[in-house]
Amino acid sequence: MATAAPSAERTPPKRRRWRGSRRIAVGVALLVLAFLLALRQLGLLFPDAIVWPTMLAAAGVALIWRQWGGRGRPAPPPTTVPPADVAGQEQRAAVRNLYRGGFGVALIVGAGLLFLYANGALSGLGDVALTALVAIAALGLILAPFWWRLANTLAAERAERIRSQERAEVAAHLHDSVLQTLALVQQRASDPKTVATLARRQERELRDWLRGRPPTAERESFAAALDAAAEAVEEAHGVRIDVVAVGDRPLDERAEALVAATREALTNAAKFAGEAGPVSVYAEASPQRVQVFVRDRGPGFRLDGVPADRRGVRESIVGRMARHGGSATVHTAPGQGTEVELVLEDGRGE
Amino acid sequence: MNPSVVIVDDHELFRAGVRSELAEHVEVVGDATGVDTAVPAILAAEPDVVLLDVHMPGGGGVEVIRQVAKVRPEQRFLALSVSDAPDDVIAVIRAGARGYVTKSISSAELADAVRRVADGDAVFSPRLAGFVLDAFAGSLPATQVDPELDQLTAREREVLQHIARGYMYKEIALRLGISAKTVEAHVSAVLRKLQLSNRHELSRWAVQRRLVD
Repeated sequence: MATAAPSAERTPPKRRRWRGSRRIAVGVALLVLAFLLALRQLGLLFPDAIVWPTMLAAAGVALIWRQWGGRGRPAPPPTTVPPADVAGQEQRAAVRNLYRGGFGVALIVGAGLLFLYANGALSGLGDVALTALVAIAALGLILAPFWWRLANTLAAERAERIRSQERAEVAAHLHDSVLQTLALVQQRASDPKTVATLARRQERELRDWLRGRPPTAERESFAAALDAAAEAVEEAHGVRIDVVAVGDRPLDERAEALVAATREALTNAAKFAGEAGPVSVYAEASPQRVQVFVRDRGPGFRLDGVPADRRGVRESIVGRMARHGGSATVHTAPGQGTEVELVLEDGRGE
Repeated sequence: MNPSVVIVDDHELFRAGVRSELAEHVEVVGDATGVDTAVPAILAAEPDVVLLDVHMPGGGGVEVIRQVAKVRPEQRFLALSVSDAPDDVIAVIRAGARGYVTKSISSAELADAVRRVADGDAVFSPRLAGFVLDAFAGSLPATQVDPELDQLTAREREVLQHIARGYMYKEIALRLGISAKTVEAHVSAVLRKLQLSNRHELSRWAVQRRLVD
């Protein structure tokens, strides 16, 4: 038997380990056999009915012990294996371990059965097993509806608990937001501008909440940052700002500059054209380019009539966009409103 | 002559508000509070335009359009909603509404939109224009594209972008150097594509609202 073992150099490590445990099992079995035979030789009479099952059981015990006793220190994976392969190897090793452990258990059970059979204890077992099987089946049939109902009741209770928790959360949210705002609106009923601002702020907040947008989104998404900027200007100046955004992109440094320029343009629009109706923001973002239009319905102005010392548009909008490789154009004429066009082309990176 | 209008909305306050605000511009010939009452009211009054709330108990505006269309396919609807969720908007347009505006619209604009729909034109709010640009953005595999329905022309895209930027049709015509009628023709073409295209974004929205069985 032992001669079948190949030379260690040509055997892969895992395989060697399996071979090794098999060899150990066989060795233990042979040792036990030898020990029992020696005892028999010395005059202690063990019948065959003890010797062979004991040997089998010893092999099984050796397998299991090596298997489950050695779990604390798994063999280190060979360093040459690429990482992608490690998972597969671990999986295969787990299957092999299970297989080996199962083999050991089978050996021991087989040994027990062999012992019982050799001693004539199994003759009545067939009837007993059948009786037990029928009894278990009957019990299962009787208990099944109870189990079923219990499981259903538990599931229903859990669902009800979740529902009531959600209801409580919604109630808490509405209380903190909508009810508070309504109370404020009643207090300030004589001040239409404040009431409109309050209502608008509440509307935005509620929409975000309904949409399930996480509050951190505005730090990561260009469209969300644009919304937040519009909201801030709206609140500061009490002017309605409608934002329509098509597409989105991550909020990198250049996109942040674009949002800052948009915010400046919105502030100008709110200051000089806020009375004339809502301000429109339209943004279109694609991987190659982002475009933002800020349009008001105000009186408009003559571009060449702007004094040279007015730095708002020049520095905060045109200059900022230029520094980040973009451009800003102001379209306006007296009586036609003003539109600021901001463009960021992505020639580099991304 | 002012167009005749039926208002369908489950909010009493809103119906009353629209009635009083539009009194000079339109003739309100009926109103209804839900799907069940709306269908007979519309069929009895045969108005030029139905002002239709998108969200109502019993199936919402989409269900009203479906039931009325079986009997009176030429009925024109203008959808109104507080919602700005794309699936609601796209669903009601695909069901057959000729326009969509949000309830925050000013009464002058609303009156204008009603007149426009009564004339058979399409009414796109800036937000709806944004949704449409979003839905038609991105390219499809060439084999699947029906250019008649699945893509916007450059001009249609331009018109939609101007709507999204907050321009009125007249202003768009001026800026693009075309007539107001041409602008309206472009918007109507987009509406048709919106209703008939199988682009998967549109189909997805439709399926979510169970418009496609």
